[in-house]
Amino acid sequence: MVGSGWEIYNASPLFAFVFPRPVTLGRWLAGGLLLHFAAMWVLAVNGLVYLLLGIASGRFRRKLVPIRASQLLADVRAAVTGTLSRADPSVYNAVQRLFYVGVILASILVVLSGLAIWKPVQLQELTAVFGGYDAARYVHFFAMAIIVAFTVLHVTMSLLVPRSLRAMITGR
Amino acid sequence: MSPHRKLPAGVDARLLIRDAAKLMPDPARRLFLRGGASLGALAFLTGCDIVDSASAERALMQVSYFNDRVQAWLFNPNKLAPTFPESAVTRPFPFNAYYPEEDAPEVDEEDYRLEVGGLVDEKKSWTLDQLRALPQETQITRLICVEGWSAIGKWTGTPLRDFLRRVGADTRAKYVWFRCAEGYSTSIDMPTALHPQTQITLQFDGEVLPRKYGFPLKIRIPTKLGFKNPKYVMEMAVTNKYLGGYWEDQGYNWFSGS
Repeated sequence: MVGSGWEIYNASPLFAFVFPRPVTLGRWLAGGLLLHFAAMWVLAVNGLVYLLLGIASGRFRRKLVPIRASQLLADVRAAVTGTLSRADPSVYNAVQRLFYVGVILASILVVLSGLAIWKPVQLQELTAVFGGYDAARYVHFFAMAIIVAFTVLHVTMSLLVPRSLRAMITGR
Repeated sequence: MSPHRKLPAGVDARLLIRDAAKLMPDPARRLFLRGGASLGALAFLTGCDIVDSASAERALMQVSYFNDRVQAWLFNPNKLAPTFPESAVTRPFPFNAYYPEEDAPEVDEEDYRLEVGGLVDEKKSWTLDQLRALPQETQITRLICVEGWSAIGKWTGTPLRDFLRRVGADTRAKYVWFRCAEGYSTSIDMPTALHPQTQITLQFDGEVLPRKYGFPLKIRIPTKLGFKNPKYVMEMAVTNKYLGGYWEDQGYNWFSGS
């Protein structure tokens, strides 16, 4: 979705830059659009199953909340000073919780703003919520930027703490 | 030697198993990962070769045809595109085509005839004066380009659905196809052709449609992307045959509804 989205962005850039060809997918606008509107089904089905399972199983409630400001501050301080407890990687600290909730919200936002751009007539009420077609394009862009930034940070952190990779696979 | 060795005194077999299980991966996760890996292997074996670009393109086109059907289903024939006040019109309105502005076709007003054919009772050609004599409507709507940019324009002309009824078109047919002066072509679904805002456009911003915006005639469809709004239209035909279009044949989604 991201690579083909960058290809589509390049056809009519919102800012004074384009994405370099090697990181875009689809070779040209039509190819990027075909990929984007095919991959959207994978994202939509995956995302719906993930959200429904997360809510129904109580996983979100168990692992992602509560996020308390005091705990957040303490964990940020601990992370900076290198004293953050990694005793059990399957229990998320407050910073992790905030980021995981944040990326879930950004993913919902990227899908909704995408729908608003795709169907500004049929779904014009949704487009209006984003402040119109042109504004929805900016929302779509920034939601993508949040997801990409999260992904970079997430992969970096998991490589810094290799034990978390095991936890992802084994659940422990 | 017996396989059932006795446990040391004081060790509870059930607790021992529970402790041992804790060291093992979560069984649900293990099943999920194993299932996922098997499914992936199966997909490779069945020849879903993503490296072969011809077959990948075919697969993507299949999804695009599926998306045509989804969009046709989403299309509400009574839902109007948002309209805007006069002050919102983008001036100057952008010129856009696959050629530079100076290469835009020059159509002679005197010789011009709109050919109407296919599944219609009244196959004939129309002069511009005959078209101008039809009831005219004005709309101020947003044109959205497949590239992502958009602009608001003011178009005046006669609703295509009134015209189709006037010429006795078979509105049960699937498509209306358009051929343009420079060799461009496109085709649309009948429900979109009958949408109240789909227009045979003769004027832009209160003036005779200028050459750069499609003189003498364009089809304005605010429920579709810009490239589905043909300019310099010379011929239209009602048909049940899928005829694609200039961009559609190169991979752009056919329905391209907004």
